[in-house]
Amino acid sequence: MRQLQRAGVILMAMLREIFDESAYRRFLQRSGQPPSRFSYREFLRQRFTAKPRPRCC
Amino acid sequence: MKRWGGILAWLVVSLLCAVALATIALHRGESINAMWLVVAALCSYALGYRFYSKFLAARVLAWDALRATPAERLENGRDFVPTNRWVVFGHHFAAIAGPGPLVGPVLAAQFGYLPGTLWILVGAVFGGCVQDFVILFFSVRRDGKSLSEIARDEVGRLGGVVAYLAVISIIILILGVTALIVVNALKSSPWGTFTIAMTIPIALLMGVYLRVLRPGKVLEGSLLGFILVLLAIWGGQWVAESPLLARYFTLSAPALALLIIGYGFAASALPVWLLLAPRDYLSTFVKLGTIAILALGIIAFRPTLHMPALTRFIDGTGPVMAGKIFPFAFITIACGAVSGFHSLIASGTTPKLIRRETETRFVGYGGMAAESLVAIMATIAACVLQPGVYFAISSPAGVVGSAPATAAATISSWGFPVTASGMAALAREVGEQTLFNRTGGAPAFAVGMAHIFAHSLGSRLLMALWYHFAIMFEALFILSLLDAGTRVGRFMFQEALGHLWRPLGRTSWYPSVLFNSGLIVAAWGYFLWQGVRDPLGGINSLWPLFGTANQLLATVALCVATTIIIKMGKARYSAVTLVPLAWLVAVTFTASWQKIFDPDPHIGFLAHARQLSSAPLRSPATARLIFNDRLDAAVAAILVMLVALIVLESTLQWLQVLTGRKQARIHEAPFVPTRFATEEAS
Repeated sequence: MRQLQRAGVILMAMLREIFDESAYRRFLQRSGQPPSRFSYREFLRQRFTAKPRPRCC
Repeated sequence: MKRWGGILAWLVVSLLCAVALATIALHRGESINAMWLVVAALCSYALGYRFYSKFLAARVLAWDALRATPAERLENGRDFVPTNRWVVFGHHFAAIAGPGPLVGPVLAAQFGYLPGTLWILVGAVFGGCVQDFVILFFSVRRDGKSLSEIARDEVGRLGGVVAYLAVISIIILILGVTALIVVNALKSSPWGTFTIAMTIPIALLMGVYLRVLRPGKVLEGSLLGFILVLLAIWGGQWVAESPLLARYFTLSAPALALLIIGYGFAASALPVWLLLAPRDYLSTFVKLGTIAILALGIIAFRPTLHMPALTRFIDGTGPVMAGKIFPFAFITIACGAVSGFHSLIASGTTPKLIRRETETRFVGYGGMAAESLVAIMATIAACVLQPGVYFAISSPAGVVGSAPATAAATISSWGFPVTASGMAALAREVGEQTLFNRTGGAPAFAVGMAHIFAHSLGSRLLMALWYHFAIMFEALFILSLLDAGTRVGRFMFQEALGHLWRPLGRTSWYPSVLFNSGLIVAAWGYFLWQGVRDPLGGINSLWPLFGTANQLLATVALCVATTIIIKMGKARYSAVTLVPLAWLVAVTFTASWQKIFDPDPHIGFLAHARQLSSAPLRSPATARLIFNDRLDAAVAAILVMLVALIVLESTLQWLQVLTGRKQARIHEAPFVPTRFATEEAS
């Protein structure tokens, strides 16, 4: 049961990383901002105006 | 006791692997169950991971569990972040898994299920997984540097230039060819076109949800978007049935191509990331979900493969892809066996997330094994179809004819019975007007996938929904690849042209953004347009070029890896990268030579151009086809010359180091002890 719970935690962490939720959390920590519409807009702007990450074929 | 238990368990796995491989390879004249492919794949990956990758890690690379990685040393909370290995694995897999491992195996199924399956397994275990692992490891040892930077430092300036040119050519070709796959899947399909069109308002809604209602809750937003996409697929059937609405969504191939070219330009040049970001998340969500469902569907259904182990088309007369099994099966399947593009990811974001050096094996070798399994699933999806149906869908009109009765008669004459009425019934079942001449691999994959889903996760009445779900899934993530790839290409052009005139390199100067976006879109748009106007479907010409470019990048990566291994004083182990390198050089050289010079006009570009030139009447369309053939021949020649250059420069390096004429100097970051080792010990 405990292992199943741990697997669930890791799966959620994996999904949060893939879907940039963790990156947003780190952005908030780095910039010292609280989560808000404005901070998320700034996060998206920075992320999508920077050089995009390559994605395979 | 525990040790003996382990030995016994691995003996059982080895035995199972041998039995599964023997079943796949030796059965002739009768159908086999798809589970044999799954068992052979899982056992091969397990053995490769447990024994071969461990040997690579310990003996060849000599990893150091006490050495800090760049994620730890350069941690900045943005690019460099020490991350749990499972999380990095998921992140890496999401980046490497694209349409390639789905489309390539479907096209290669024309040779039968055996060649593709064996190449996917052998290529991945001894080539692709090794490449991904060693490049990831070497990048981690070099502060997460990119492949081009490592090539420049370790091989020489030429290596860096070749790596750059290989990357830009592969980006142009992949964007052109994948856009063509979408066009071929959506042409004259109001249901599919409507579903894909609906992803735009759905993404905008997701954007509002993410930015206004629940800022940053991407998983929730993606789930919501996914439900809306399912509703759009459901609603698509009424659009297809309505004479008024169907008219607006029934588009020809040229019209779709123009729309996609416009979309690519807008994605690169305009600040539409408010739309693109949610679409990107939605496509990743659908991609990961669908791969998981497909795996479950195959296990639940355990389908029978109707395609024979080998077809008559191993002789090079195949309708889907002209050319013999060697080298074309190995060019057709790149992603899933060996994909050079992975070396960009393995030397891109992934090395900056690796927490411990010892985790590179799991992420690099394991990630590629997972992608290879996706390629096996694609092989199964294509081979569960009756061969006649597969060839009817995948053969171009230029080979089998465009009239259903003619096409069915031609395919039946090859020994793969199919009828026009049977195909019409299947088309009705999946909600399409016709399934003949739907080249590109995506429609054949979608019919196979719908077949598996309908038998395992629902009734056959749901075939149409599953088919359009599969088409939506492929088109959606190809379009995401298209917008991300166009922006990557635009940045690369800006980087290069900035050396000629500095303002062109400024990423924030709008004229530069417009100019470079136009340049990259024109480059891949040309190949897309060429494919759309090609009577042979375009895939026949463009997919081998893409495969060659991808293998060229793998050649660069393996040359770099071999050079570093030799410089590390481990020349006795250099065969681990040298053997796959030699194989890829043989494949790319032979394929390029045949594509350029083969006298058969179905294979050789120049022979085809000559055949067209000798026709008594030359229309403007024929002149364009002749020009395209010559252009494709020139592209193939340039690619093969790049391979020759990098191999030559690397070989010179190896000889100089091995004969002591040059001092071996590797460019690793200095050793710093990791804090994670002591944290884990305490």
